[in-house]
Amino acid sequence: MDFSQLRNKQPRFRGLESGHRACTGCAEALAARLVTEAAGPDVMVANATGCLEIFTTPWPESAWRIPWVHSLFENASAVAAGMEAALKVQGKSTKVLAFGGDGSTFDIGFQSLSGMLERGQNVLYVCFDNEAYMNTGIQRSSSTPHAAMTTTSPPGKERMGKRHLKKDIVSIIAAHHIPYAATTSVAYPSDIRKKVRRAMAIEGPTFLQIHCPCPLGWGHEGYKSIEIARLAVQTGLFPLIELERGGLAGVMPLRNIRPVVDYLKEQQRFRHLFTDELRAKEELEHIQAIADHNIEIYNLRSDGHKDAFDSEGMDTVRRGGMRWA
Amino acid sequence: MLQALEGSQAVAQAVALCRPQVIAAYPITPQTHIVENISKLVADGKLKCEFISVESEFSAASVVLGAAIAGSRAYTASASQGILLMAEVLFNIAGLRVPLVMTCANRAISSPLSIWNDQQDSMAVRDAGWIQLYCADNQEAVDTTIQAYLIAERTELPVMVCMDGFTLTHTLEGIDIPTQEQVDNFLPAYKFSRTLNPQNPISLGTLVSPDFYSEARHSHHTAILNAQTEIIAVDQEWAKISGRCSGGLLTVEGPEEAKIAILIIGSVYGTLLAAMEEFPEEQPVKLIKLRSFRPFPIDALKAACEGLDDVIVLERAIGLGSGAIVGLEVTAALAELANPPKVHNFAAGLGGRDIPLEMLPRLLATLNEPSDRRLRIIDVELDKLPEEDR
Ligand SMILES: Cc1ncc(C[n+]2csc(CCOP(=O)(O)OP(=O)(O)O)c2C)c(N)n1
Ligand code: SF4
Ligand SMILES: [Mg+2]
Repeated sequence: MDFSQLRNKQPRFRGLESGHRACTGCAEALAARLVTEAAGPDVMVANATGCLEIFTTPWPESAWRIPWVHSLFENASAVAAGMEAALKVQGKSTKVLAFGGDGSTFDIGFQSLSGMLERGQNVLYVCFDNEAYMNTGIQRSSSTPHAAMTTTSPPGKERMGKRHLKKDIVSIIAAHHIPYAATTSVAYPSDIRKKVRRAMAIEGPTFLQIHCPCPLGWGHEGYKSIEIARLAVQTGLFPLIELERGGLAGVMPLRNIRPVVDYLKEQQRFRHLFTDELRAKEELEHIQAIADHNIEIYNLRSDGHKDAFDSEGMDTVRRGGMRWA
Repeated sequence: MLQALEGSQAVAQAVALCRPQVIAAYPITPQTHIVENISKLVADGKLKCEFISVESEFSAASVVLGAAIAGSRAYTASASQGILLMAEVLFNIAGLRVPLVMTCANRAISSPLSIWNDQQDSMAVRDAGWIQLYCADNQEAVDTTIQAYLIAERTELPVMVCMDGFTLTHTLEGIDIPTQEQVDNFLPAYKFSRTLNPQNPISLGTLVSPDFYSEARHSHHTAILNAQTEIIAVDQEWAKISGRCSGGLLTVEGPEEAKIAILIIGSVYGTLLAAMEEFPEEQPVKLIKLRSFRPFPIDALKAACEGLDDVIVLERAIGLGSGAIVGLEVTAALAELANPPKVHNFAAGLGGRDIPLEMLPRLLATLNEPSDRRLRIIDVELDKLPEEDR
């Protein structure tokens, strides 16, 4: 039989079907599909309240092809912990996943997440980080980046958007000394797959933070989601890193480092930074300094070497095994 | 065989006999002894289960929810502040129609801070969609805990077993702990119709539009009301095995000819029974022990109060800014009678204040006082308060 036909006869497993109600270009929807594809069918999901939960399950419809439960905004980790405990006593090997937005992960559900990690439970927690409370209409969260405009961090005479910094959640998670914590981005599907598989193979708590542009909340066209997500990585604002037991174990090097303005100018949430005002210039410098700091501490420069796993190489679709790495 | 056991110890043993597979709890007085005793049973290998010491009551309730939908019988216990912290999850568990059992070791709510008994905590979540059964003594707490699992799993409704903190949880009584064989004959292995399973994926806890919310509420409400039949049946089934009834929805004790009844929930039942012996010269009184507060047994209550002149409701909580909680519901139910008795509403024993035997004559004496029948805290000592607060 022809190889291409064989592929058609083996459709890829999809945990999240099309037909749900996300906005056009919603990266959270794409990321969730990629995660469930890589995780496979032998899973169960506890999903926190948020866009992902809402747009996938308007009763009596559901876009999920895997067992899925939504309880509350701040307890996905604890519900997942209970599911894991139950499966363990029943002697089943089904992996439990917990899904939450940045609001439920960084803020309101942080306590139950920390508890679940500390207890060493065999749960893969995935945070779909779109940097604000999108489901309730774009309010700031502790993940919202510095200077970004949201409905509760509007710019004005006295303010330049969010005053505070984006919380460094992955470091806090890694400080639980869990086996594996990583950041990844919807712009790098093969990186997501690689990291999901890695986490799935570990028995114990693991954590993934996936950077997911939200066209509605960030103020860009839907078709630009991937481009913008890639710029976040390439500027150094969203470093892709892996931490094992709290120690840095891997970074995605940046072959072509881009200035932060390339990323910021694409998004309405930063438009107040592009005026002639001094304070706008200062904020741009401030944000560039944040990116420079990331590049420094994580040693993100690839020094001109061509690396299949750097921010350019990862985009390249190759034949053979590499992109499934 | 009777053993001298502390209430908490007895309940821990009853829970273990039900073979829960996942237990999650967070310590709070006066619930602590229950989970400590369970921890010991687990440590000694007498109970095989996953015991998860969580970081909050909020997570305790969430963990047992997760366990139950993943196919395991689960248990938690709490009190007071812990119940309030759980409140959001309690509504959610009930709305998902998950069969869980928890113990509420009834305690007052802060502020002012009090670790002592009243029932403000479980009363605060009375409309969360759980069945609520109140225990008059520790034998009832043991039997009700075992019954609760069967009720929950048959009706797909969670059951909160309420027992007065300290008065029951920390008191030694002679208790008959059933055998494992008795419980195994009574309680089949855990089954939940919507158990998550990768072979047959379903989605639980979805978003509903206004087109369906009322219907979901209606069916939940109806299910709780219909659970009255199951509560009675399960009590009788357990009686066949154990030889003991726990009182179905409610029980009536006292002389047939009595025209006055005192309605109570919880351990004050024992106090008033003793008081009736202590003060035999008092006029004949019936004691109505309301075991099931949710479902609220309107028909059983009407039948129990038909022909009475007066019903005194003595409760251990207060609807701040309104008055009676239980009393209001009793009044509403009895209003359906052609000649409803007068309902007199009292709170007593708040924040652990002792309810003495003299409470009986004191309550009866109020019937001769001019009163508007609205809730009064009968044991309040007004002279401790500044003039303007009295
Ligand atoms: C206890 C509680 N507080 C507030 C809310 C309202 N709420 C629902 S979703 C949400 C924001 C979700 O933000 P995030 O977790 O970032 O997910 P996103 O929608 O952005 O994907 C909020 C505030 C709630 N459901 N529960
Ligand atoms: S608001 Fe943003 S996160 Fe929510 S569905 Fe739309 S694009 Fe996705
Ligand atoms: Mg968000």
